[in-house]
Amino acid sequence: MENIEITQEVKPPNTSKGPVKWLQNNLFNTWYNTILTCFALVFLFFVFKGVFSWVFIQAKWEVIPANFQILMIGPYPIEHVWRIWIVLWTLAVLLGLSAGIWKGLVLRISTAIAGVGLIFLLVPLDIVKNSEAEYATLEFNINIIYLIFFKRRWLLGCLALLVGTFFIGRNKNGLKKWIIGGWILSFPWTMIMLHGFGENTVSTTNWGGLLLTLLLAAVGIVACFPLGVLLALGRRSKLPAISWVSTIYIETVRGVPLLTILFMGSVILPLFMPGDFQLDKVIRAMVALTLFSAAYMAENVRGGLQAIPQGQVEAAQAVGLTYPKTTLFIVLPQALRAVIPAIVGQFIALFKDTALVFIVGLLELMGIAEGIVGGNPNWQGYHVEVYVLVAAIYFIFCYAMSYVSQKIEADLGVGKH
Amino acid sequence: MNENTTNDPIIICEDVHKWFDDFHVLKGITTTFKKGERAVICGPSGSGKSTFIRTINRLEEHQRGTIIVDGIELSNDLRNINLIRQEVGMVFQQFNLFPHLTNIKNITLGPIQVRKMSKKAAEEAALALLERMDIADQAYKYPAEISGGQQQRVAIARALAMEPKIMLFDEPTSALDPEMISEVLDVMRELAHSGMTMLVVTHEMGFAREVADRVMFFDEGVVIEEAAPADFFDNPQHERTKLFISQTLQH
Ligand SMILES: Nc1ncnc2c1ncn2[C@@H]1O[C@H](COP(=O)(O)OP(=O)(O)OP(=O)(O)O)[C@@H](O)[C@H]1O
Ligand SMILES: [Mg+2]
Repeated sequence: MENIEITQEVKPPNTSKGPVKWLQNNLFNTWYNTILTCFALVFLFFVFKGVFSWVFIQAKWEVIPANFQILMIGPYPIEHVWRIWIVLWTLAVLLGLSAGIWKGLVLRISTAIAGVGLIFLLVPLDIVKNSEAEYATLEFNINIIYLIFFKRRWLLGCLALLVGTFFIGRNKNGLKKWIIGGWILSFPWTMIMLHGFGENTVSTTNWGGLLLTLLLAAVGIVACFPLGVLLALGRRSKLPAISWVSTIYIETVRGVPLLTILFMGSVILPLFMPGDFQLDKVIRAMVALTLFSAAYMAENVRGGLQAIPQGQVEAAQAVGLTYPKTTLFIVLPQALRAVIPAIVGQFIALFKDTALVFIVGLLELMGIAEGIVGGNPNWQGYHVEVYVLVAAIYFIFCYAMSYVSQKIEADLGVGKH
Repeated sequence: MNENTTNDPIIICEDVHKWFDDFHVLKGITTTFKKGERAVICGPSGSGKSTFIRTINRLEEHQRGTIIVDGIELSNDLRNINLIRQEVGMVFQQFNLFPHLTNIKNITLGPIQVRKMSKKAAEEAALALLERMDIADQAYKYPAEISGGQQQRVAIARALAMEPKIMLFDEPTSALDPEMISEVLDVMRELAHSGMTMLVVTHEMGFAREVADRVMFFDEGVVIEEAAPADFFDNPQHERTKLFISQTLQH
């Protein structure tokens, strides 16, 4: 018999790979892969060259700085812009404190929002370019610094508040109740601040641009979530009345396009209002978006609820937890984490769906963009630049949501515990 | 009778019937369990053992007859059901720990939310229980991070944390690898000696012989034989019982 040497240390097979090794293994391992790689490189070269020369040479970006304000806030009067900043500062303080106190999920969200803010701070979207030569001058480059750190002092302050309050909020658990109260009040506070009171008001017909997009999306997202959860629970309820009402609601709303619901919200809803009471257009759009998304949210959540084994409920009941507590502490936390990707997908869809409110005459980001390139003779032929910017803005926000979702999944170890 | 058994009845079942649709699962169970009594329930698969012990904390609803637990009759009155569930702990074959909570939170949830205990007191009690289960070092892990035997002991601790008067066990060792069965049985044995009233569905005949005051044999929804373990195993009366014992002991 062979004498096997067992004391020898066995090393794992060498799988470490330098970049050259990697290239060899993955891109140039056979003759046809080498040809494919070369074709791909040539193709990529032309794509990048095209994009690069368009972005830096051909594109007429002057349309952006000239319309920056209207893209951001629509026809909102510039002398009232401080109202928007006060709202943003309030939210930054609340968010910073919450991130410090709760960490985890809230911290993830705050990081993503801070990232978005940082992009807006650093990308020189509102620099007016007078001549090509100007780029080279020292003065112009000082100007950029001036733009970022002085002209944008409000945004800078906002980010500073967010970060500062995060450090203040750390481990201040006693503040929890106040912060929750603050968040509840933040919605009426935002609406009142943006609208103003007394003589000096800004009618909601003047709310527009990115401001309106964010407002609609934020309210829709925050409101459709609890409503969707309730509808999902309702649909599974043992009480036939509740389950029927929920099912009928969900199926009806899912069977109708959002456009129709927005339209009905603006035409039919007022018919049910007493007397000549006029529900504000923006509020109607918020309600319509919320009601629409809630139906989809409900189905996503229901998918999660169905994945919870009956044994979980039985174990909770066996220790004496009531139905509401079983739902709150055992069923929902597990159900929701199972469907985080679907829920965030729903949020992203809602964010993009806000573009449809043009049907009821609201001018959110996309509507404003339309107005610039379609309505203003000075800016005809600038479609691509404006749409690219709008697409980039949508992408930044949607990607931020997607990023948060990925991080939460990793934090919670979806599929692990 | 063991040294802890009293003469006070704590569970009284009178002609308990249960149907799943048309399927008659429990066909009139009449029996009384005394405070401190340890009863082992066995019988072939599908005979209604699980269903019977689940009617005692109302995880299954019985449709005829009466069940009185600790002086409270089980009816559709939700308040009674919740009161009884606080007094009756249950351990499941599949553990049913809450996977999104750490082991200690699994244990403290009931005491904090149902018994209204303070978080600190509940955690202290939970750590003491885990100590008693010999797994204090697993307190802050998640259930998925510990072995099956450890999970089942956490589940026992979770039930005990409510300070129940009665413990129900539904095949607590059937899902365990053989080397883990004894660690769970040890804990149950210790619990039995502490005077807990226990109803245990199990096929662990060694455990039954050693710990039980009474062995009940279920078949097709009726108790066809019940006796002290010595009589039950050494001198079974019914053919079905004899067959069952010989089959079980072969394993
Ligand atoms: N929810 C249910 N719906 C319909 N039938 C059921 C349900 N639960 C159990 N049964 C049936 O009732 C019968 C008794 O089930 P039970 O679980 O009480 O048996 P058991 O004695 O515990 O068996 P085992 O040893 O396999 O656990 C079985 O035939 C089972 O198929
Ligand atoms: Mg069973």
